[in-house]
Amino acid sequence: MSSSKKIRVLVAKPGLDGHDRGAKVVARALRDAGMEVIYTGLRQTPEMIAEAAIQEAVHVVGLSILSGAHNALLPKVTELLRKEGADDVLVIAGGIIPEDDVPGLKAAGIAEVFGPGTPLSDIVDYIKAHVKL
Amino acid sequence: MAATELVEGVLQGDRRSLARLISLIENEDPSVGYALSQLYRHTGRAHIVGVTGPPGSGKSTLVDRLTTEYRRRNKTVGIVCVDPSSPFTGGALLGDRIRMQGHALDKDVFVRSMGTRGHLGGLARATSDTVRAMDAFGKDIVVVETVGAGQSEVEVIDLAHTILVIDVPAAGDDIQAIKAGIMEIADIFVVNKSDLPGADKKAAEINAMLDTDPRERAWRPPVMMTNARGGEGIAALVDKIVEHRKYLEDSGLLAQKGLQRSRDELRTIMSYKLTRELMEKLEGRPEYEQALRKIAERDDDPYSVAERLIAEFLVDYGRSVKENGERKRR
Repeated sequence: MSSSKKIRVLVAKPGLDGHDRGAKVVARALRDAGMEVIYTGLRQTPEMIAEAAIQEAVHVVGLSILSGAHNALLPKVTELLRKEGADDVLVIAGGIIPEDDVPGLKAAGIAEVFGPGTPLSDIVDYIKAHVKL
Repeated sequence: MAATELVEGVLQGDRRSLARLISLIENEDPSVGYALSQLYRHTGRAHIVGVTGPPGSGKSTLVDRLTTEYRRRNKTVGIVCVDPSSPFTGGALLGDRIRMQGHALDKDVFVRSMGTRGHLGGLARATSDTVRAMDAFGKDIVVVETVGAGQSEVEVIDLAHTILVIDVPAAGDDIQAIKAGIMEIADIFVVNKSDLPGADKKAAEINAMLDTDPRERAWRPPVMMTNARGGEGIAALVDKIVEHRKYLEDSGLLAQKGLQRSRDELRTIMSYKLTRELMEKLEGRPEYEQALRKIAERDDDPYSVAERLIAEFLVDYGRSVKENGERKRR
């Protein structure tokens, strides 16, 4: 259990919506999959999220957003990580994100978007398959 | 990336280098030993403050407020928060940072969350070296927040100059206050959530316990009241921490603690290194497996085998150290 590499994941809620039930369920599932999950809570700016990702040296950033501001906030996170030279971090998103917006987000560096009803095991498997340790 | 390449960055105050070095420390990367030896002479300047207490007593919130107060006094702050790893999956939910995100954009505050990864005692195995890295990085104050501690998670005593033990109102009676363990390690007691009923009673119980403490100490741990969420009592608490530091310096205890720490640390490093190198040599080797079988079949006994294997190892080890000159590997 010790002395091996652990997948470290930051789970954050960018923006102003106050619903973190989904983020907590995902955080719990990742924990149960053996990952170290840093949960930063509600109402985070992209700057706060990027800085926490740097300090915690995470491999994955999971962003949960229900407010509709995803097109403004999510690309900002990937841009800031890139600026810090941390573009090897896998950034994924979940929440209420219309399908039409997904291609734009992917072009901006969001690796995958998980909508409502996604089995938790899909998220775990996706991370394990795509994370760069 | 090897730890050696990060040393320069850490010394120059690059946050990413520090973050990556901490990960290598946590993963017990073989390159870490040399990096830490390079950093060592840049350490010893930070004041290390340990914060411990039961789960939910407000440790993270208190650390957040202490940080605010230290920043007001122009001190830079490093924080290591430890939370438990699951004994079943090895996973962890590290939630201390939630309370500290107010400092996320302050470049003079560095927060790192850490799972215990199977280590007992209230800290992770990597905590001590992480504190040292933050010290070398140039933080004036390094705060170590332990896991929610029950009664005997007292390892922080080996690490911190000043230990705050947090308690809350209405948690146990006066018998809890006189139990051995965590109640004995405090340099400062903090009764947090002082707005709740029973806070004065809790403080009185701790003081009564201190009245009958047989240890003759020039420093009697003060009992401070805080309401961390409301920000009450924080400045007075920081004043006390500063006072304790001064007491340690003036009484010569700081130097004494430093020597004790060196003694403990050298012993830990030596026994860890010896065990690790010994086992690396032995495990999987056919002679070793055969010796194990013999012991199991009562053909040989573990005491003699241990002595023989250690003797052989030490001879080999002495030879290889001589051959390699200065070995640059942990």
